[in-house]
Amino acid sequence: MKPAPFTYHRPESLLDALAVLAEVGERGKVLAGGQSLLPMLAMRLAAPEHLVDVNRVPGLDGVTVEPEGVRVGALARHARVERDAPAAEALPLLRQALRHVAHPTIRNRGTTVGSVVHADPSGEMTAVLALCDGEVVLARQDGERKVAAREFFLGPLESAVAAGELATSVLFRRPGGRTGSAWHEVSRRHGDYAVCGVGALVTLDDDRRVVGARTAYVSMGDTPAVLDLVDAVGGRPADDADWAAAGRLAAGRLTPDADIHASAAYRSHLAQVLTARALREAAGRSARVPEAA
Amino acid sequence: MNGPESLHEVTLVVNGVRRSGSVPGRRTLSDFLRHDLRLTGTHVGCEHGVCGACTVLLEGEPVRSCLLLAVTVDGAEVTTVEGCCRGDGSLGAVQQAFRECHGLQCGFCTPGFVTTITAYLRDHPDPDEPEAREAVAGNLCRCTGYQNIVASVLRAAQLRRQEGA
Repeated sequence: MKPAPFTYHRPESLLDALAVLAEVGERGKVLAGGQSLLPMLAMRLAAPEHLVDVNRVPGLDGVTVEPEGVRVGALARHARVERDAPAAEALPLLRQALRHVAHPTIRNRGTTVGSVVHADPSGEMTAVLALCDGEVVLARQDGERKVAAREFFLGPLESAVAAGELATSVLFRRPGGRTGSAWHEVSRRHGDYAVCGVGALVTLDDDRRVVGARTAYVSMGDTPAVLDLVDAVGGRPADDADWAAAGRLAAGRLTPDADIHASAAYRSHLAQVLTARALREAAGRSARVPEAA
Repeated sequence: MNGPESLHEVTLVVNGVRRSGSVPGRRTLSDFLRHDLRLTGTHVGCEHGVCGACTVLLEGEPVRSCLLLAVTVDGAEVTTVEGCCRGDGSLGAVQQAFRECHGLQCGFCTPGFVTTITAYLRDHPDPDEPEAREAVAGNLCRCTGYQNIVASVLRAAQLRRQEGA
């Protein structure tokens, strides 16, 4: 239960960090919050030769509201993002979901970007990024690239980050129009990994009829699944839509796995119930959005 | 990796005292506190962030010391359970509440609860029962069944208010 030996690097600038990452390539691993990496090191599921600690790199801890959405820097801890009032106002889903990320003690140290890069399909931030059509900025020594969420998550614990790259920020895109959001999940104990988790975005038109209904899931497959459920509820008034039908539609489209915590059938059942619940709550919130943004 | 591991100088202010050590990069903060600084109040349970026994305060905020490398937090201020007492060494409010309410049996998990609750009550001085329960949701105890720990949180809040008055 102790990490295997590694060579420790602590770059103090972004340029130095990218230079070290370029040099160590596949043999290196980035350390930010470490709340997922340290357990993997302790259990020796990961044993990188080089650990590149980016905690001293300046300028990476920002949380900023941009016209397109909320940008979160690589060193912004979950707790910092959760507390940020402008971010919560611009994209309420962020705070709604962050409250379910592990326990407060873990959120004090773990980073939102690290959670995205870790690409654990039970990590709430992966689903939030996917639901928001977000993107990840990946810097390397000779430039940077932006990767859309739908191309970022390749498999369980597998993201599009290549050797030598550092995820410097992610953009959670703000949904347009009269849109409300909600996050619901079931876990064995609050703060544990969700058995099933659902994020929902519901958009209404000026007559308060449903024109958009999208959901994203954690613990329901290898990558965060995003579903468009407008077929079940589109055109209906927000207070008269058949959310249960949307739940059934969602459950039919998901193919969860069984594990020691839940059978696949139980996960599907949860997805059906939680989808309806999250959509109904999101619709209630969108009805209270004063006017289209 | 070949040859001996290279060592890094780490200096922390632990419970108000400057402490240094020379450690390999892979030394966790929990092991640094226990093995190198001989502060064995911080307990190590699961070593992968689940049990909460190793919780310490880093710059005042609770963190799992088994999920941090000592070298990462070089220069930081750390409070362990040894620092949760009063200036004269007598029991702090949280510790006293645990004793009064039988909030511990074997005591292994207690240091993590004391540090977590100390920080929680600083930020939330007047929790109700569900809030007190939620505050300790990230810490495991195999003895008490938690009832007396929740009672201890509420009693500690009361003690703090009495002292403040």
